[in-house]
Amino acid sequence: MSAVFARLIASRLFWPIVMLLVLFAINLIAFPGFFAITIKDGHLFGSLIDILRNGAPTLIIAVGMTLVIATRGIDLSVGAVCAISGAVACSIILGSPDPANGATVAVAVTVALAISLVLGVWNGFLVAVLGIQPIIATLILMTAGRGMAMLITEGQILTVNSPPFKAMGSGFWFGVPIAVIIAAVVFAVAALLTRRTALGMLIESVGINPEASRQAGVRARGLLFAVYTFCAFCAAIAGLILTANQTAADANNTGLFLELDAILAVVIGGTSLAGGRYSLAGTLVGALVIQTLVTTVYTVGIPPIATMVFKAAVVAAVCLLQSPTTNQALAGFRRRLALRAGKGIAAS
Amino acid sequence: MTQPSPAPVVEMRGISIEFPGVKALDGVDFRMFPGEVHSLMGENGAGKSTLIKALTGVYGIDAGVITLAGDEVSFTGPAQAQAAGISTVYQEVNLLPNLTVAENIMLGREPRRFGVVDWRRTRRRAAELLEGLNLEIDPNSLLGDHSLAIQQLVAIARAIDVQAKVLILDEPTSSLDADEVAELFRVIRSLKEQGVAILFVSHFLDQVYEICDRLTVLRNGKLVGEYLTDEILRIDLVQKMIGKELTALDELEQRARSSVAAVEGQDVSDPAFASARGLARRGAIAPFDLDIAPGEVVGLAGLLGSGRTELARLLGGIDRADQGTLVIDGRQTKLRTPRQAINRRVAYSSENRRSEGVVDELTVRDNIVLALQADRGWFRPIPKKRQEELAQSYIQALNIRPANPDALVRNLSGGNQQKVLLARWLAIAPHLLILDEPTRGIDIGAKAEIQKLVYSLAENGMSVLFISAELEEVLRLSHRIAVLRDRRIVADLVNDDLQVEALLALIADGGGDGDGGGGPEDPDDGPGGATTDAPPEPSVPPGGTEPDPTPDSTIDLSGARR
Repeated sequence: MSAVFARLIASRLFWPIVMLLVLFAINLIAFPGFFAITIKDGHLFGSLIDILRNGAPTLIIAVGMTLVIATRGIDLSVGAVCAISGAVACSIILGSPDPANGATVAVAVTVALAISLVLGVWNGFLVAVLGIQPIIATLILMTAGRGMAMLITEGQILTVNSPPFKAMGSGFWFGVPIAVIIAAVVFAVAALLTRRTALGMLIESVGINPEASRQAGVRARGLLFAVYTFCAFCAAIAGLILTANQTAADANNTGLFLELDAILAVVIGGTSLAGGRYSLAGTLVGALVIQTLVTTVYTVGIPPIATMVFKAAVVAAVCLLQSPTTNQALAGFRRRLALRAGKGIAAS
Repeated sequence: MTQPSPAPVVEMRGISIEFPGVKALDGVDFRMFPGEVHSLMGENGAGKSTLIKALTGVYGIDAGVITLAGDEVSFTGPAQAQAAGISTVYQEVNLLPNLTVAENIMLGREPRRFGVVDWRRTRRRAAELLEGLNLEIDPNSLLGDHSLAIQQLVAIARAIDVQAKVLILDEPTSSLDADEVAELFRVIRSLKEQGVAILFVSHFLDQVYEICDRLTVLRNGKLVGEYLTDEILRIDLVQKMIGKELTALDELEQRARSSVAAVEGQDVSDPAFASARGLARRGAIAPFDLDIAPGEVVGLAGLLGSGRTELARLLGGIDRADQGTLVIDGRQTKLRTPRQAINRRVAYSSENRRSEGVVDELTVRDNIVLALQADRGWFRPIPKKRQEELAQSYIQALNIRPANPDALVRNLSGGNQQKVLLARWLAIAPHLLILDEPTRGIDIGAKAEIQKLVYSLAENGMSVLFISAELEEVLRLSHRIAVLRDRRIVADLVNDDLQVEALLALIADGGGDGDGGGGPEDPDDGPGGATTDAPPEPSVPPGGTEPDPTPDSTIDLSGARR
């Protein structure tokens, strides 16, 4: 019994899941219908569905961010890439004679995603080839990217009226929000791509010890290019969902501070910012925690101005629980428990 | 030998420490007397470091009693132990290279005046401490400008400033040359006279016998016994450490010697597997010629910093040569990356197994398959079953402990990490295996196993380039030996009953510059040194701009990326 418990505590997912359950419990108390999921007009409705749908962009970015962080890197430019992809898509749709046409939307989305690949390669180039520290390298695009988005929108908020595009953000497919489906696909692709191939191990290896990996013949440079490109691609998808949801591209505000939420989700999920071993499942839980937090603020009725403080408190709690010092203390506690149990067995 | 005063300064009784699944220490007794040098002996994983960490408060103990000068103590952290008079100097010097010697010695306890640091008194106190150890080091010089040996002495000066009753030196000599060791021993002796109890941990038996008064032997977390150094024969000591007869090495020697002749015979008919002509890299190694035949073990002998590692790194594709040609398996090759070398079935096993070898947070299995997987490409993963087979077979073949493919390499002892690294290279079935100090800092048992392995690999047709600071080892294993001095090959000898003395003469023969031209840690004395035929440009740019810092400087910024 205590052995199972010990293993549970040792799991990296333990505290994030506890956090999520606590948040659920708070919500349930404040709003008894929290877990209720109903079907209206053939669509799923309910607080949990809202959390999933609103959390989708954060989760998508966090998945890309997880891989970047696993290589000892970080990508601050994801928010800006969101804005750019939204701006590109909206300006193409606006510029076309038939915004409601599915083909138009397809072209817009494809171009936006293609541009994100270029941006990702740029980040990868700065980090992998020029050897600039990731935080600095991506800071360039973080600031410059908003400017680029601004140029694309010419300083306007581009409002589009295109039902197929709008569906990306707020539509349903077989009753499930399309944004959730997209997030699930991105998550599954990333998981399969890294865990069913050797990619995940090689990424971790580079993150833990770049020089040892190089000497073992790992193509670290190629891997860095791959993760930054993938991360930018994820950011672009998230940007499209956000823009579609608002039916407007806002160069200044689309994806603002989303990089921080994404990094937070990764960290809450137990992946160390020092690189190395990562957990996509952890990131999933982390993203849900963040989104549930936002929802909780509304259901519990915390005034919006206190939202940030509330968020900060939760983040601080999770970080404390995951800190090496706390873990050491817990490990000591566990060891004493186990010893006592062992002595008990010996005595009996 | 003076009889130690009857009351031990440290006494540990019945110490047990348990980690999940492992009993690291099991009822161990240990004591130290003032004014005595005591050595803790045992193989890797015997529990030496755990015992030291228990004494210094890094680990809490699960059972047992620690008394210090008669009082029972229970430390909850290293700071407490230090305050109580137990100081430790670790293998890796934990100092700050960008501060001055004085600042390093006094760091964290600078004398203060009106709340600010009193620099004059700081420097004076540091100077006094250095003087107390008879060290002529300028307290105002930057620590990083000194050799590792000096840095170690500075670390000792820092340690004894805390009124140390007990000084623990963990592998202090592993990267020092003979002169530096002598200097260190002089300091140890003077501290001993002052009544400090010194715990000296080293893998070098010679040094243990030279400096230590008393030994405690551990094996598998248990106490084997405590002995006076004068009263125990080496062969008995080794037996107690590894718990079995050590005849394997002698046998090996016999076999290696007898096979030398055989390889010599082949030499003419077999083309070399790898053959370098005028290969060089500026500031690292002068142009050299070297041939390695299949089934041949070529040893590299030379002092630290003589260019051994630099030469090996060129052959392994770790660094790029800037001139000369390299023919591997009959094809002329320019190795730009380790990856290309691996592609040609050339594997370089780094001497810095922690920083350049194992990936310590991955499992044993992942580490073993890493190079093979990288060579196959990420999209062709090695099937889980095959990975398991590979890991299991190497764990068995190399006797890796714990025999658990899912264990994190970080938790393995040094010798076992080395074996994991070897397994990684063997998994790619190399034709040329370059082993850079594969036996450094590991225990005798593992050492013998690795030597046997090298021997049998060569017997099966693999070419091996073997580097070791221990000449006996090079002599025992190599068919041919290339001697390096001042970053060039000065001799290429067939190992036909070569003697250590002959090799030593070649290594040391600097045309009257008997000291080998300064410490091995500062190879930038090339122009002023003994070599008269050095290239016209200074062989190494001064200061820290050297492209390949001496791999032994453990105060490496670990984040350094190429």
